[in-house]
Amino acid sequence: MNAPDTTSAVDISPKGAASVRMRAVDKSFGSLTVLSELDLDVEPGERVVIIGPSGSGKTTILRVTMTLERIDAGTIQVGGQHLYHEETATGALKPASEKHIRNVRSNIGMVFQHFNLFPHMSAIENVMLAPVKVHGTPRQEAQQLGMELLAKVGMVEHANHTPGQLSGGQKQRVAIARALATQPSVMLFDEVTSALDPELVGEVLNVLRDIAEEGKTTMMLVTHEMGFAREIADRVLMFDSGRMIEEGPPSELLSNPQHERTRSFLGAVAEH
Amino acid sequence: MEDLLLTPGQYARLYNGLRATLQLLGQAFVLGIFLSLVVGVGRLSERKWVRAISFGFVEFARGISSIILLFILVIAIPILLGDIFPWVLGQPVIVMASIALGVNMGGYGAEIIRGSIVAIPKGQTEATIALNLNPTQRLRYVILPQAMRIILPPMGNLTIEILKGTALVAVAGGYDMMREVRNMEASMLAEGVIGVTALFVNALIIYFIVAQVINALFRFGERALDRRFEQREGRSAIPLSVAQPGGN
Ligand SMILES: Nc1ncnc2c1ncn2[C@@H]1O[C@H](COP(=O)(O)OP(=O)(O)O)[C@@H](O)[C@H]1O
Ligand SMILES: [Mg+2]
Repeated sequence: MNAPDTTSAVDISPKGAASVRMRAVDKSFGSLTVLSELDLDVEPGERVVIIGPSGSGKTTILRVTMTLERIDAGTIQVGGQHLYHEETATGALKPASEKHIRNVRSNIGMVFQHFNLFPHMSAIENVMLAPVKVHGTPRQEAQQLGMELLAKVGMVEHANHTPGQLSGGQKQRVAIARALATQPSVMLFDEVTSALDPELVGEVLNVLRDIAEEGKTTMMLVTHEMGFAREIADRVLMFDSGRMIEEGPPSELLSNPQHERTRSFLGAVAEH
Repeated sequence: MEDLLLTPGQYARLYNGLRATLQLLGQAFVLGIFLSLVVGVGRLSERKWVRAISFGFVEFARGISSIILLFILVIAIPILLGDIFPWVLGQPVIVMASIALGVNMGGYGAEIIRGSIVAIPKGQTEATIALNLNPTQRLRYVILPQAMRIILPPMGNLTIEILKGTALVAVAGGYDMMREVRNMEASMLAEGVIGVTALFVNALIIYFIVAQVINALFRFGERALDRRFEQREGRSAIPLSVAQPGGN
């Protein structure tokens, strides 16, 4: 209770936004090439929105960054550290150990389309799990942090509720609080409003807006909410068949797309 | 129709046998659960050799009938390995029988556990990776607590199967309730006392009651698990007043 605030085993204070750098990344599933020779740079604190038709590899980009899928070739750096490689004494790259990957991964957080909350844990237990078990934060402190995060996403009253009792929008807000609890430098959002009833989309976008305004994290978002993209993105990337075919600030790319594929894609999305 | 009630002395002897049966069951259960967990998780290991050994164990433990396993452990192992591991020579039959039944339970239990783990949606594991839990933490805090709901009902049935299996120890020369019943039967027949049917009916009822108690314990476990999926109330709830929104 009155323990000194230096007892926390691992520092989970904000590490600050980090950059993401991909070079010549290849990823295939069997004979299907999803990403090929992908180069991508995201600056610290930048908010990048990835758009593109279904199957163009948007989710795969986020999943290889979260290490949910391993890349076949190329390199990914987060905050200047190689994710899948370690530098030898001579400066050459060798495949990273699990320990190294875990270390770098601690800078990354992800929010999923289908929430993936733990159904046997209450909202606050979901949020506290990583701080307590991964970072060694004392329970009392983790609970305090967790309640602050639930307050931030407007879910304090539901702290003791389990996911089965929550609406989609509420679940997603808890999932965002859970991801924030590890203080990631880079946050990945994969169509986090796509599984929601239309009337619940707004409450989740509001939370994303707050995170964007704080500017403490680099954000990579896949979304079909073009109005929202226009509002918060620093840059929009248009993907087609695993290649970035066009990029630019939302005001340019969304209003005046240069590429024919981008034009037809935006037209199709607008018709919804 | 004979009187189904036995004498207090007979019940005392049955009670002795029951205690041996429960001890056997308890030891086999502990070993069986341990093996189920280790081998069931091992079946899903990223390491090929761990998967291979686990698969081999399951095939062996399920392929061999418990009576043969019992004879191997109680009779063959002491003869074959007695010189190398003198430990096995001094063991009472009940220890070797517990190991035999535990291995048997582990083979079937491992498959229950493996099946329950693969039944948990992939998104759960992905969320644990995103939160940077290590593989042991993933299992312990996220996957197994959910898998338990799937595990408990078949594991209860398996435990009752093992209870039935304990009666085989009598055949291998060990002591349990069935052995005691046989002993009592033999002396009754020798003395020309009637009531052998009552004896067996009583033994049957006792086995039935033990099975029902096992059932009830597993049901109780299921209900306790189900409560984890419900709103936290009382002591397990966190007071909402500790929230101090906007710490910055
Ligand atoms: N685990 C997987 N196994 C096989 N194919 C996959 C897998 N994940 C994705 N794909 C395929 O890769 C392509 C790109 O998928 P994805 O990155 O999910 O696209 P998007 O998010 O842009 O819709 C799709 O054709 C999809 O079917
Ligand atoms: Mg997708």
